Amino acid sequence: MSEPSKTARPLSPHIQIYRWTLTMMLSILHRASGIALYAGTGLLAWWLLAAASGPDAYSVVQGVSSAWYGRLVLFGYTWALFHHMFGGIRHFIWDTGRGFDLKHVEILARITALVPPVLTLIVWVAAYAYLGAF
Amino acid sequence: MADMRTPLSRARGLGSAKKGTEHFWMQRVTALANIPLTVFLVGALVVHAGSDYTTMTGFLGNPFIGVVLLLLILSACYHMRLGMQVVIEDYVHGEATKLLALIVNQFFTLTIAIACALAVAKLVIG
Repeated sequence: MSEPSKTARPLSPHIQIYRWTLTMMLSILHRASGIALYAGTGLLAWWLLAAASGPDAYSVVQGVSSAWYGRLVLFGYTWALFHHMFGGIRHFIWDTGRGFDLKHVEILARITALVPPVLTLIVWVAAYAYLGAF
Repeated sequence: MADMRTPLSRARGLGSAKKGTEHFWMQRVTALANIPLTVFLVGALVVHAGSDYTTMTGFLGNPFIGVVLLLLILSACYHMRLGMQVVIEDYVHGEATKLLALIVNQFFTLTIAIACALAVAKLVIG
């Protein structure tokens, strides 16, 4: 493919000019959470390699993951997972050709925005319960 | 003898590579697989929130768990390679930097996949 010519052409306005909508925010968050999860697999690899390496390496992971900043990152990781998962499920619904009318777009958007944080909280309450916090 | 066929019929004769929808299709297949696999991982991590090294490696060393983890690693790394490829194609416009970013994407996802897979293999086989 040859390089396109660099003539200055009028551009359509970018996102900063539009009123923010929930669907637009979710579209951006879907991509952002995907990128975050991409980077987050480094943590998964670190955890598994440490477990395979031995107790010393594993205790370093445990130290970081139980510190407040480690917990914060893992909490965000959990939310990103659920957010991306529900965004994906929404795309699956659209793949069947359903849910494109405005009413259902809005309903699906609200579900996609609200369910993942609720699930994240449930998972963390359950994790703290298994830790023996309650 | 000259080929009397039209350009269209010549192209038709070659057939399609059958790969035109591969990116879309594999993106969806891995997305579907990722749902139960990540739910399993999150569930396992919740249950093992307070587990020590011995309990955790005992769990990860179970071959049945190892199979699920390998499937998750494979599916997730394939999925994120496709996703990041689209992100790069959308935002990186210089041909050289785009090519470089696409190659780095291949290297990174393959490295993560192999690192995780090797760790799981060692935990299972010991």
